[in-house]
Amino acid sequence: MGETPHRSADAGTGGTRVTESHERSAGASARLVEAPVSTRTPGGTGLGGGGALPRARAFGAERGFRGLTLAAGTVVLVIIAAIAVFLVAKAVPAIRADTENFWTFEGWFPNDSEPKFGIGALAFGTVLTAALALLVAVPVALGIALYLSHYAPRRVGTTLGFLIDLLAAVPSVVFGLWGREIFLRPVQDFSVWLNKYFSWIPIFGGEGPFGKSILLGSLVLAIMVLPIITSLSREVFLQTPTANEEAALALGATRWEMLRTAVLPYGRPGIIAAVMLGLGRALGETIALAMTLGITFNISFNLIQNGGNSIAANIANTFGEANETGRGALIASGLVLFAITLIVNITARVIIYRRREFTESAA
Amino acid sequence: MAKRIEASNVTAYYGAFKAIENINITVEPKTVTALIGPSGCGKSTFLRSINRMHEVLPGARVEGSLTIDDQDIYDRDVDVTAVRRMIGMVFQRPNPFPTMSIYENVVAGLRLNGVRKKSILDEAAENSLRSANLWDEVKDRLGKPGAGLSGGQQQRLCIARTIAVEPQVVLMDEPCSALDPISTLAIEDLMFQLKDKFTIIIVTHNMQQAARVSDRTAFFSIEKTGDPGRLIEYDNTQKIFSNPSQKKTEDYITGRFG
Repeated sequence: MGETPHRSADAGTGGTRVTESHERSAGASARLVEAPVSTRTPGGTGLGGGGALPRARAFGAERGFRGLTLAAGTVVLVIIAAIAVFLVAKAVPAIRADTENFWTFEGWFPNDSEPKFGIGALAFGTVLTAALALLVAVPVALGIALYLSHYAPRRVGTTLGFLIDLLAAVPSVVFGLWGREIFLRPVQDFSVWLNKYFSWIPIFGGEGPFGKSILLGSLVLAIMVLPIITSLSREVFLQTPTANEEAALALGATRWEMLRTAVLPYGRPGIIAAVMLGLGRALGETIALAMTLGITFNISFNLIQNGGNSIAANIANTFGEANETGRGALIASGLVLFAITLIVNITARVIIYRRREFTESAA
Repeated sequence: MAKRIEASNVTAYYGAFKAIENINITVEPKTVTALIGPSGCGKSTFLRSINRMHEVLPGARVEGSLTIDDQDIYDRDVDVTAVRRMIGMVFQRPNPFPTMSIYENVVAGLRLNGVRKKSILDEAAENSLRSANLWDEVKDRLGKPGAGLSGGQQQRLCIARTIAVEPQVVLMDEPCSALDPISTLAIEDLMFQLKDKFTIIIVTHNMQQAARVSDRTAFFSIEKTGDPGRLIEYDNTQKIFSNPSQKKTEDYITGRFG
């Protein structure tokens, strides 16, 4: 009793932690009960001795700490409520003033005397760029993560892991600058090539000009979300119990089959969480997209023509010149963005929840 | 369905550390062989080198020759996955795949080998679970997670998973050390049944268990910490436990050492 629980040893399994903390508290209370006086000073001979049972304290560190954590928990609710009230209060008058349909109109003129603005094109651009970014980033990120966790020699793995974490530390405005000043050229050339040979596919059609397009924005976004997804899924893969990996190998699995049988299924909830975090960043990304997209207000699946826009990029680009209604309109667009992220997160939760029977018993 | 294993001069390393040295053993088909000895004497290392699981750890390697029906499993041309399919393994702690159902766990090995046909998988699952004495307990909940079973059931599930691919040899690394006496008994009974079909090698710390289940017993020991483990004596179980020829063996089984 009373020995420090070795939490790190069970970090992966988790399940034993509960019993350990039980054990520990049982030990602590036993000590308390056996103490002859309410002081719990160690070293005295009284700790294990007899005597009357001490009374429970009315006010102590235990209660104080409980109150502190409760307060900390409440702060979150208060902040969320405050934000929601602020957003709705500003957004509703602006949407009322909109002379076009807020959902379907393709354009953004909220500062005119007859405000006309619609969220459709912006929301479409936001979702399209984020989805494309994930489409590119997720397979690459998972590949890197598996390489780092299960193939790379330790030294290579550590170095590469560090470099990838560095990539996550690059500010998004730097990505934006790099995107429009340097990365633009190869993407432009690639777009021209795509247009030349694949213009019969609508997404690669158009007359140009090419370059500052959905493609460029998505690729820059992909590079930005890559490190998040990589380092999270790497951690998840490293947590796979060795016993499960050995079980697969002992059944005659090759390395790849072992990954498929033991590592990937075990890491599934973690991968989903990592992808959702990446998606969250992609959806909310502002300045990099404001700098790399062509800024047009139309709904088009064309990936390579100059164009595209996103909710966050539009807020960054137009907030400076916005009047009262304009700011309200932007806040309304922010609410829509919030709703999109919320839906994405709930979907992810549902996916994880559906498999809880298996993931919980795994822990 | 069972093959003879011959180890000659098997020496295994973890990096620079020599864990076992010059092990020579012949295991006859359809017998149960127990490996006993004090902790750290290399019995598990030897067991893991029989199905080439030893080399999974970084820096670990094996020297000498290990043949199964005269085929050297450490031959350069031998596919290691084929070796492991032929020589199945049950681990110390039950390790069903946590994300898979009971059914999926049992057929995991078959799936890895490309069996896709539902009827074959169903039949193999039922047969293996029956052989592992688990069928009656789980037949109504094959779709439930394997990790939701009790420890003893999980270990039998792991045995079912191992025998589902119909190996020649089954290695067991202290299969009962994490189990209660009743589950232990269930698994020992199971070993008696399984030896009709498989060659079984079991590592155990429990000498009564070795005496109960095995036909032959190998006693491993080390001189002192840091020395490689050696095979001290290998004989019929009855002889080892009644009249061992080595003083060390006698000291160990009578509890005077280790």
